[in-house]
Amino acid sequence: MTQSEIEAIIERYGRKESSILSILQDIQTREKYLPREALEYVGEKLQIPLNKIYRIATFYRALSLMPRGRHEVCVCMGTACHVRGAQRVLDQLKLELGIAPGETTKDLNFTLETVNCLGVCAAGPVVAIDGQYFGKMNPTKVEGTLKQFRSDKKKEAADGKA
Amino acid sequence: MGRLSSPQELEKYREGIRRRRDPHQAFITVCGGTGCHASGCHAVVDAFKKVIQEKAKGNGVGLRVTGCHGFCERGPLVVLHPQKVLYQRVKPEDAPKIFEETVLNGKIVESLLYEHPTTGEKIVSEEEVPFYKKQMRIIFGNNGSIDPAQIEDYLAVGGYQALCKALFSMKPEEVIREVKKANLRGRGGGGFPAGLKWEQCRNAPGEIKYVICNADEGDPGAYMDRSLLEGNPHSVLEGMIIGAYAIGAHEGYVFVRHEYPLAVVNIGIAIQQARELGLLGKEILGSGFSFDVQISRGGGAFVAGESTALMATIEGNVGEPRAKHIHTVISGLWDRPTNLNNVETWANVPLIIDRGADWYTQIGTEGSKGTKIFSLVGKVNNTGLVEVPMGITLREIVYDIGGGIPGGKKLKAVQTGGPSGGCIPESLIDLPVDFDRLTEVGSMMGSGGMIVMDESTCMVDVAKYFMNFLKDESCGKCTSCREGTRRMHEILMEITEGRGTLDHLDLLEELGWVTAEASLCALGGTAPNPVLSTLRYFRDEYKEHILNKRCPAKVCRALLKYRILSDVCTMCGRCAKACPVEAISGKVKTKKEKGIPFKIDEQKCIKCGMCFESCKFEAIEVQ
Repeated sequence: MTQSEIEAIIERYGRKESSILSILQDIQTREKYLPREALEYVGEKLQIPLNKIYRIATFYRALSLMPRGRHEVCVCMGTACHVRGAQRVLDQLKLELGIAPGETTKDLNFTLETVNCLGVCAAGPVVAIDGQYFGKMNPTKVEGTLKQFRSDKKKEAADGKA
Repeated sequence: MGRLSSPQELEKYREGIRRRRDPHQAFITVCGGTGCHASGCHAVVDAFKKVIQEKAKGNGVGLRVTGCHGFCERGPLVVLHPQKVLYQRVKPEDAPKIFEETVLNGKIVESLLYEHPTTGEKIVSEEEVPFYKKQMRIIFGNNGSIDPAQIEDYLAVGGYQALCKALFSMKPEEVIREVKKANLRGRGGGGFPAGLKWEQCRNAPGEIKYVICNADEGDPGAYMDRSLLEGNPHSVLEGMIIGAYAIGAHEGYVFVRHEYPLAVVNIGIAIQQARELGLLGKEILGSGFSFDVQISRGGGAFVAGESTALMATIEGNVGEPRAKHIHTVISGLWDRPTNLNNVETWANVPLIIDRGADWYTQIGTEGSKGTKIFSLVGKVNNTGLVEVPMGITLREIVYDIGGGIPGGKKLKAVQTGGPSGGCIPESLIDLPVDFDRLTEVGSMMGSGGMIVMDESTCMVDVAKYFMNFLKDESCGKCTSCREGTRRMHEILMEITEGRGTLDHLDLLEELGWVTAEASLCALGGTAPNPVLSTLRYFRDEYKEHILNKRCPAKVCRALLKYRILSDVCTMCGRCAKACPVEAISGKVKTKKEKGIPFKIDEQKCIKCGMCFESCKFEAIEVQ
């Protein structure tokens, strides 16, 4: 991300302390994480000490200091999804992807996340991949749902298996 | 259209919109709420667009993508106006048929109608469906007929009428008096009287004041604020403008949860449109009163929904709560008087001003007036959003509106109030639902999540679930909350994994008491509720886990064992197919081959229960 791109984001929200969360969120959306250089630049421009920016960056779930995968798999762990078996869906996703929540696969294709509630309770258990909702999930549906997001090589392998 | 500079101009504009709209003209509404999105309403909308383009040939059939209708279980929902025919679970390929038969020829497509679950009767009209019949949709009702991105739709149903009334025929004090008289209580959870809060904020010293709309709906299992903000953002905005006028604030914030991107978009559009028409900004409708609103997005922290933490977040700080020795109405955002109400509370305001407190107070109970929107979810047939008058019983909500429990199972408990709430046992099913009664039984109203639990829900597991949530979401500022939630979670883990002792139960109660007493904000203050309420009503279930190492609901995995009964097994192989870890072996019986009964390898089994659910012959036993 270039400095002029960051500059454009800062301009959108204004050069003031209260804009910090919005700015970080936009950088996160673009880069899928918060690179240190970007944080340093923002800190300098907004006159916010780097330690405070790090405090914010590590406090909120929506922000990440580690690079994230191309596809974010978000499992809703809300109460309604929980009583309908969200834990089992999560366990199966962990097994399929070989990572725990908060982690990213080695090929940077998937990041697995849990969320407290997506507000799509009627369709629970719900998994959102890149913002697209998959309702009424169960462990057996996991493999098929992931398939369309697999990188090409993995996709062929999955096809071969099927 | 430029800015409107007087109430007369607004009325003229409204008349123009209404004149252009023929009330008898056919139009199709497709629910575009998040629930229907998850069941594929996008494709349905596209299909209708195509059909209209091809077949309507300019005879003016309208298509409107609206906000959430509430009946998410049956989505995608399509309602045909003006007859109000409800079609449910509509697929894209149904669009041509619906158009041909219903829109053009006025005939009903029977197969898409809602069928009464007990009588089997097909119901044509939306209003006759039992799910809607017992509701009182005064706040939520317009969601189904307006396009949230069109301010004209909101104006056509009388939008911003209340704002005119407040600005031009009431003094700020009179507005507050009306809201106080209506006894509007905060819908975000606490139930504090909104009018009183407004008055304190108005009387607080200081020139600059703020109003905030709290749309950081963090309670898992609640999504009514999302649906209001997505489906009818102008009603929330109108409420905020009226509130700001009453309080004397000129700046406002809508704080929206990170997880609700569509809500951010829709309220953004609404703000823009209101500004363009002069309903927001300088000199609203030429009245001399100025007010503008900004959107602030949350960062995905539950505690940031607490008022002081929310204000810290807007200021650009970490969202941690502070002690409220001085209340936020005196010293809130940037230490200035700040009035915060939640989405649903603001949406009630235009109605109170427009129809008057006398009308409003006819609805509800002695201490709780008006309606409340609940998200009825979990183990219930008709999941969705329901708006009911305060005082309705749980039984009416779960059975009459919710259609009872699926699969003929028994109701066990209803959880209300989110992580701060409690579980209400089946024995209290006739409890009238209002702020005070829910608190009396150890739960609370909360923001309105209502999660139905049946006999296959383990109450110890539910308590563990909430404690896990709370220990993650505790910001860590108060030791009692940070450590208390963690220790309670550990103990619940022990119990659900078969290492619990009876002493644990006393310890849980003690820990719960300390956590509640010694923590600053409501998160810690109410954190033990899920544990204490389940201990109060379901102590036997805890004991069963501890003494007999058994989970009666068959949820706690460490205590379960799956076994295939070889004499019952028909060797169909369905369980082996369902097993995600290939822990089941055997041989499928065919006409030619004899087959071998299936068996579960305990070492490989992850106890997910898929085999149990897949077996049609009850050949799998859970112990």
